[in-house]
Amino acid sequence: MTDLLRLLTLQDYNTRIVLTGTALLGIASGVVGTLMLLRRRALIGDVASHAALPGVGVAYLVMERFQPGSGKWYPGLILGAACSAVAGLVVSQMLRRIRRIKEDAALALTLSLFFGLGVALFTMIQGLPSGQAAGLSEFVFGKPAAIVASDVQLLAVACFVVLLICGVCHKEFALLCFDQEYALAGGWPVGALDLLLTALVVGVTVLAMQSVGLLLVVALLVLPPTSARFWTDRLGPMQFVAAACGGVTAALGVLLSAAFPHLATGAVIVLMGTLGFVVSLLFGTRRGVVWRLRDQWRLQRRIGLDDLLRGIYELLESNLVVNDDLTAWPVDVAALERTRHWSQGRFPKLLQRARYEGLLRSDAHGQWRLTAAGRREALLAVRRHRLWELYLIHFADIAPTSVDRSADAIEHWLQPDLLEQLETLLLERHPQLAVPVNPHEALSEGVR
Amino acid sequence: MTAWEALADWGSLDTWIVVTAALAAVACALPGTFLVLRRQSLMGDALSHATLPGIVLAFLAFHALKEQGWIAPAWSGWIQHGLVFVGATLTGLLCGLLTEVVIRAGKVEPSAALGVVFTSLFAFGLLLIRLAADSAHIDPGCVLYGNLETIVTDTVPVFGLLLPRAVLLNGAVLLLNLALLIVFYKELQLTTFDAALATALGIRASWVQVALLACAGMTVVAAFESVGSILVIAMLVAPPATALLLSDRLSGVLGWSCVLGALSAIGGHIAALIGPPLLRSALGWPELGDVSTAGMIAAVSGGLCVVAWIAAPRHGLLRQVWNRAHLRLRIVAEDLLGLLFRIEEPTHPATGLSSVAQLATAIQAPKWQVRWAFSELKKRGAVTMSSDGPTLTDRGRTLAQQLVRSHRLWEAYLATNFQMSNPQMHASAAKIEHYLNPQLREELAAELAQPAVDPHGATIPPEEAARR
Amino acid sequence: MSMTIAEPITTTGPTASEPSPVSVRDMTVAYQRQPVLWNVDYAARPGTLVAIVGPNGAGKSTLIKALLELVPRASGDIEFFGQLYRNVRQRVAYVPQRTSVDWDFPVTAWDVVTMGLYGRLGWLRPVTRAARRQSLEALEQVGLAEYAQRQISQLSGGQQQRVFLARALVQNADLYLMDEPFAGVDAATERTIVGLLRTLREAGKTALVVHHDLQSVREYFTDVLLLNARIIAAGPVAEVFTDENLRRTYRGTLPLLDQIGHQMTLAGQSR
Repeated sequence: MTDLLRLLTLQDYNTRIVLTGTALLGIASGVVGTLMLLRRRALIGDVASHAALPGVGVAYLVMERFQPGSGKWYPGLILGAACSAVAGLVVSQMLRRIRRIKEDAALALTLSLFFGLGVALFTMIQGLPSGQAAGLSEFVFGKPAAIVASDVQLLAVACFVVLLICGVCHKEFALLCFDQEYALAGGWPVGALDLLLTALVVGVTVLAMQSVGLLLVVALLVLPPTSARFWTDRLGPMQFVAAACGGVTAALGVLLSAAFPHLATGAVIVLMGTLGFVVSLLFGTRRGVVWRLRDQWRLQRRIGLDDLLRGIYELLESNLVVNDDLTAWPVDVAALERTRHWSQGRFPKLLQRARYEGLLRSDAHGQWRLTAAGRREALLAVRRHRLWELYLIHFADIAPTSVDRSADAIEHWLQPDLLEQLETLLLERHPQLAVPVNPHEALSEGVR
Repeated sequence: MTAWEALADWGSLDTWIVVTAALAAVACALPGTFLVLRRQSLMGDALSHATLPGIVLAFLAFHALKEQGWIAPAWSGWIQHGLVFVGATLTGLLCGLLTEVVIRAGKVEPSAALGVVFTSLFAFGLLLIRLAADSAHIDPGCVLYGNLETIVTDTVPVFGLLLPRAVLLNGAVLLLNLALLIVFYKELQLTTFDAALATALGIRASWVQVALLACAGMTVVAAFESVGSILVIAMLVAPPATALLLSDRLSGVLGWSCVLGALSAIGGHIAALIGPPLLRSALGWPELGDVSTAGMIAAVSGGLCVVAWIAAPRHGLLRQVWNRAHLRLRIVAEDLLGLLFRIEEPTHPATGLSSVAQLATAIQAPKWQVRWAFSELKKRGAVTMSSDGPTLTDRGRTLAQQLVRSHRLWEAYLATNFQMSNPQMHASAAKIEHYLNPQLREELAAELAQPAVDPHGATIPPEEAARR
Repeated sequence: MSMTIAEPITTTGPTASEPSPVSVRDMTVAYQRQPVLWNVDYAARPGTLVAIVGPNGAGKSTLIKALLELVPRASGDIEFFGQLYRNVRQRVAYVPQRTSVDWDFPVTAWDVVTMGLYGRLGWLRPVTRAARRQSLEALEQVGLAEYAQRQISQLSGGQQQRVFLARALVQNADLYLMDEPFAGVDAATERTIVGLLRTLREAGKTALVVHHDLQSVREYFTDVLLLNARIIAAGPVAEVFTDENLRRTYRGTLPLLDQIGHQMTLAGQSR
């Protein structure tokens, strides 16, 4: 218990160092990852990290050759990794030039080629007397505990540079990711911007390798941005959320694995990110599945009620000539049920629901009638339906496709003058629809 | 030990290593070809990572069963393999399924969704390995790099022969893949080329996709244990991508990728044998260790792709350069022919064009190209050189006449259909004349109602040469 | 291939006093060596609204993209206001096809319009409040001020098109190049666009618009450019937009051009 407390209050110097370093990485990769995601190159990070491996090996061998024992000098290894990651991305770009090799194949080819070379080099290094102790495998599987104070300084500076570049070039990157063609036409150096963005990815990848391992670096670049997209509709906030998400999951991962030492830290960090993703996928305010399902369910119910009320209205419509108060007439439930194909058991549920919402009432004789509210809703539903019908007949070529025509008020989607035109048409055919409904009331009601 | 000694030491162990790797490579190349053609190459990467938790869980289940004493020792090897097989295939399918769910439910871009799913599964697998480290010994490095060098020592007797279990396993998967390929060839072909058409014809493209993924997952797993995940990615993607440069037909691509897979297995092992000794002597660093065969096979398969890119017979870089040079030579030669023909015409203002330098200026080509073209024309018997410069032979005159006919017909065509100044028409014709074949000339002439003169009033010569 | 012609070409367009907003000389555009636009010669008259009309695959969009150097050209010179494009970028605004971007991108309508000002803001400068205000005004001009804070996928097709228009408007350019702004838009958007085009013309600006609907050419535009792999005719609507010219434009691409283009591709690939 005291251990846990000690841990959570960050009294342990080592944990503090590791936590700071990893959280910084999480923040930087969240910001850069967002741009890569929007540029539709989310998996570039995976290629960069795999391609970095031979660079680590070569750097180790070179340093070891010239000064035995110096092979693990961190900045040297990082430099080697960055060089070979860049080389890998260049190779994949060159492969992309071949018309027959598509982008995905070019990426996968580069990845396997460089990774194979890296593994070959690593096995070679293991034969060296110093190689056994070298523990280069932390670059593959990740070991944040290996981070020391000087590394954190390097990380901090690097992350600051990354964030600075992203901040300063925010509008340039936004333009590049949103509309490359427009950026080109406007004279922006798209190639150079792309290069800069790639450099940022390589930087983040290479720095993150030691803590989460090259196999999982791509998770840091992909998970926070995809999670962030569920919470916001704007680029700036999205980067902010992604940064926060990256930082928090990284920190949580480090804390968890410090508390339970036999957990692999890199894996725990990624799984924290996965947890964040699942939560966002379900509950994100912008596109969360739960909200979408709820909306869909409500929509279904409303469509059902509308259908029911419309059915009632159409049944009673002939009576309008005699008496314009529809609430007075009983509804022939059996006839109503025959009007359309209700799915199994839906019809009675809808009736109950309509009564619950005060749209229908049933008396002691089991007779159903519309209430005043029900009458208004029924009128609106019929009106909506017939407006859409007219609209589709007359303007089918420009009808919006993403609309549920049976439920969405047409007023949302049409310009006022077009609507007026349609209403005139409607009233010519169904004059009774206009008599009880005040158009302004209908408009405001339609926007429930 | 020198490189040659290393190679001369080749024993049955080496043969089995190569055979195992080659079988795995060929087995991977078959589903890999379709993944590459469907632009799902990264699925190979994803599958090889995502199957980790399945493998670990299978190991754990195996050990739990063994503890309980439910497994007969004689069968334990096969049961372990079988469990791993099932576990990994299931997680492979799960990876595909989850990716689809994330894409649909979250409207996430496909490659990002893949990234989300496979990294999560892989991380889960790594976590399991650590948690299970006490009960079962699984080395994550082994999963990654493969265990080609030691796996072949695990042998089973078959008809009195001691065969490595990995050979049997990969061989079986290869046969299964082949059988599936033969049975479902036309469905695979059609859904890969045009999924919409396939669906319209009643072939469920999504089922084929699921089956392909399951097949790839299974192949990956079989190969995985013996050769490791890197090699699996390489084998799924590199040979098919290379084969696409070598053949224009699906069956050809499939065949080539099998051949290339086998070649890289052999080449990779040889490179792994002779590479280290060579490096040791070159660097004077005797302590350097041996290299993993799996890594070298991956590198060699990538290397083969580069070779194909440079030297492929139809789509290679060298071929393209050669084609371009050839086209250039043809154009210069034809320009020369055209020029000589025009000089012969009565309307042409007589000018003494005899030296290479003068001709080069006249057709605006470098002198070396003109010399080169001349030797080519002389070889073909189109031009003879005399003291007062080059003259056309009859054969050359026919060729030149067709060329000039092309030029003037095109000018006439432009004058009818375009609004252009004379110099523009001339410039366009000077370009197009090299690409008109007799059939196109005939169509041009027919469309223009067999014109006799071009817009400048020059005679359009007939297709056949007049004898002199 | 070997002859270069340096003689001046007489075109009907620009006068000495006022250079043409855009003039093209002898431009050929080829994909994989296969020409899609043959020897285009054109100069727009200043202060006109030009409809670029032609059948599908006639190279209308390619023409616009080639002008803006978005696709490489095999030959030809392009001048904007008598200068090279890179020197007068600020005076040219481009409205791409609506399908050219990812509408799920996390930006609001307002953000997209503000992008039109990035060029003038220059490198590394943050977006100023004045710029934001200016782009809101442009949104108002196209009747979308109340949708400013909407994410762009929540707009209808016509509204998305108007956002693109506002982005071009905010540039306050002298020449507008629009790629099918009328494609799939509702009547209100169509009226907005037409109104804007008229306003632009009254302000002495020029617009080249790829247009599909032959019925409305006379009503909306002053000039027309009939295109089908090559220019059939160009000039004021009254003179050029004749039945005869239209017939020539829509008679189908000259089949020979296609065949020759194919020959050129083959020659480049192999023998």
